[in-house]
Amino acid sequence: MTRTMYEKIWDANLVHEPEAGSPLLFVDRHLMHEVTSPQAFEGLRLQNRKVRNVHSILGTIDHCVPTKDRFNIVDVIAKKQVETMTANCEENEINLYGMDSNQNGVIHIVVPEHGFVHPGMVVCCGDSHTATHGAFGALAFGIGTSEVEHVMATQTLQQKKAKTMLVKVEGKLPAFSTAKDIALAIIAKTGTAGGTGYVMEFAGNTITDLTMEGRMTLCNMAIEAGARAGLVAPDQVTFDYLEGKEFAPKGDHWPVAVEYWKSLRSDEGAEFDAVIELKAEDIAPQVSWGTSPEQVISVTGLVPSPSDFTNDVKSQACASALKYMALDAGQKITDIHIDVVFIGSCTNGRIEDFRAAAELLKGKKVADGVQAFAVPGSFPVKVQAEKEGLDKIFIDAGWEWRDPGCSMCLAMNGDELKDGQRSASTSNRNFEGRQGKGGRTHLVSPAMAAAASVAGHFVDIRDWK
Amino acid sequence: MQPYIKHTSIAALMDRSNVDTDQIIPKNFMKKVERTGFGINLFHNWRFLADNVTPNPEFELNKPAFQGAKILVAGENFGCGSSREHAPWAIADYGFNTIISTSFADIFFSNCFKNSILPIVVTDEQLAALMAEISGNEGVEFTVDLEAQKVTTPGGLSISFEVDAFRKESLLEGLDDIAWTLKHEKEISAYEVEHKKRLPWLWPSA
Ligand code: SF4
Repeated sequence: MTRTMYEKIWDANLVHEPEAGSPLLFVDRHLMHEVTSPQAFEGLRLQNRKVRNVHSILGTIDHCVPTKDRFNIVDVIAKKQVETMTANCEENEINLYGMDSNQNGVIHIVVPEHGFVHPGMVVCCGDSHTATHGAFGALAFGIGTSEVEHVMATQTLQQKKAKTMLVKVEGKLPAFSTAKDIALAIIAKTGTAGGTGYVMEFAGNTITDLTMEGRMTLCNMAIEAGARAGLVAPDQVTFDYLEGKEFAPKGDHWPVAVEYWKSLRSDEGAEFDAVIELKAEDIAPQVSWGTSPEQVISVTGLVPSPSDFTNDVKSQACASALKYMALDAGQKITDIHIDVVFIGSCTNGRIEDFRAAAELLKGKKVADGVQAFAVPGSFPVKVQAEKEGLDKIFIDAGWEWRDPGCSMCLAMNGDELKDGQRSASTSNRNFEGRQGKGGRTHLVSPAMAAAASVAGHFVDIRDWK
Repeated sequence: MQPYIKHTSIAALMDRSNVDTDQIIPKNFMKKVERTGFGINLFHNWRFLADNVTPNPEFELNKPAFQGAKILVAGENFGCGSSREHAPWAIADYGFNTIISTSFADIFFSNCFKNSILPIVVTDEQLAALMAEISGNEGVEFTVDLEAQKVTTPGGLSISFEVDAFRKESLLEGLDDIAWTLKHEKEISAYEVEHKKRLPWLWPSA
């Protein structure tokens, strides 16, 4: 019988399927950060339970960390959260890239840098953007804090089998379109609930042409389409990325591992519960206009009107988004002026993202009244960027060059929009208030964000000088 | 966990779709290291005016008729966004134990069951009928019977719903998930032995 990659990973990780009750899935890797773990450790302590496989866990501190003067956490409760994480990891001998580690950064950036996730693994984290690691052909998904506790105690999760969706993208992307634009275009097509109940496998030559960084950006956003996880079949690009990394298999293990990984791809003719197809040629640079990632359009488009939607729910959602975003139906996307530009997050905080933005910023200056800041996803990204002189390009253009952290992706660390401010942001969520109460977020790629910082409004980078 | 018992309670109406976890509990309230006390922050940005203390009279849950509601009836794709369990913690702490919608985001849905909250999926027509009954009679009480998998209303609606058998049992009995899984300790250990042979590089001794 033919099987999809999801089914192969499921089968390989199935511990037990009792007649009554829930299937138990083995968890190979457990990622952790300070916001969603403290209550889980507390739960273990109360029940006198132990962490089962300490080596399966890797932690960072990222959500609460200020990106300027990083050790100065003013919020006492945030400070307590950071201290609690540090203490919990020490007590349980968990590998933590903490505040004073030169490897610290956003969890979904740090983990791949160390080769901690491999194809075929089941990976979880109390964080929905765990989907990122599907780029390696691992089944990676977010869990709640009760499940974090469950994994620590049992190394398994009670899981129900998901449906499978094949998302096929073929062709050559237009100039300046990136993995971020593919992700947004897919969400525009499926809607934010379109993937609910599914694991999405991304395939087609446009996807295989992406670098690991690009695949991570794409899988990262699978959750915004409602999908449980995203997957890309492992190939030579994956193996080359992993080889030699700290937690990658070594010596005699390497060829055995690669052989296994190669067997994971979906069989020829395997059946998916749903299939959607996109042509890469149609994917122009995207800009979100609303308060949900599905409310997105190409940069050449116009802000839609509620009457453009035949579906009542979507029409009503459009009306309330326009009100919150202070936009007029029919307004050109390129006429939207912005106040703040943010490049960073686990979606677009990798070295390629800063290279792409720097390319556009060379010799340019930020528009009057625009605040722009670049937040590398991790210290290794920051160090690499500085080695390449990218920091200078940003600074010369009038950008701030910050320390790593989640920063304004979710704004619980001091970086945030003021009421009414509008941002061009490379992060993943444009929900009301996500970047600060009353803040208005437009999701874009790093290159689009860079150009917007100079122009003061969105521009079509394809014909921008 | 609290067992989920059949109850008749006020049903509050939230006629919005895509209610995301950033609205349910804004992140500035997620810094606590405890599980309790999040109810006060539920829907903070909608619930309070700019001074952060005065209840916003336009926000639906602030209506006097909905005070004490245990059932929340809301639009599609409820709970989308992050995996934060702070969202169901806040919902439970505020007093809701049942949410009725046409669809829920996956992670939120499973988080509910870990916190004695029953998420009920109904059809578009059923949701519209339930919503209409609340709008026409704010403060109306619905009966939720998990055992029988039924929601009934004074207006005469009787809606059957699906729920996974295992999750139903866990809710009804207030079972501890971890204790249940640890009953399978033998299988887990056996799996680990085999895993170590198959993928030795993932284990410390390798
Ligand atoms: S960068 Fe944003 S999406 Fe990523 S882990 Fe941090 S808060 Fe979550």
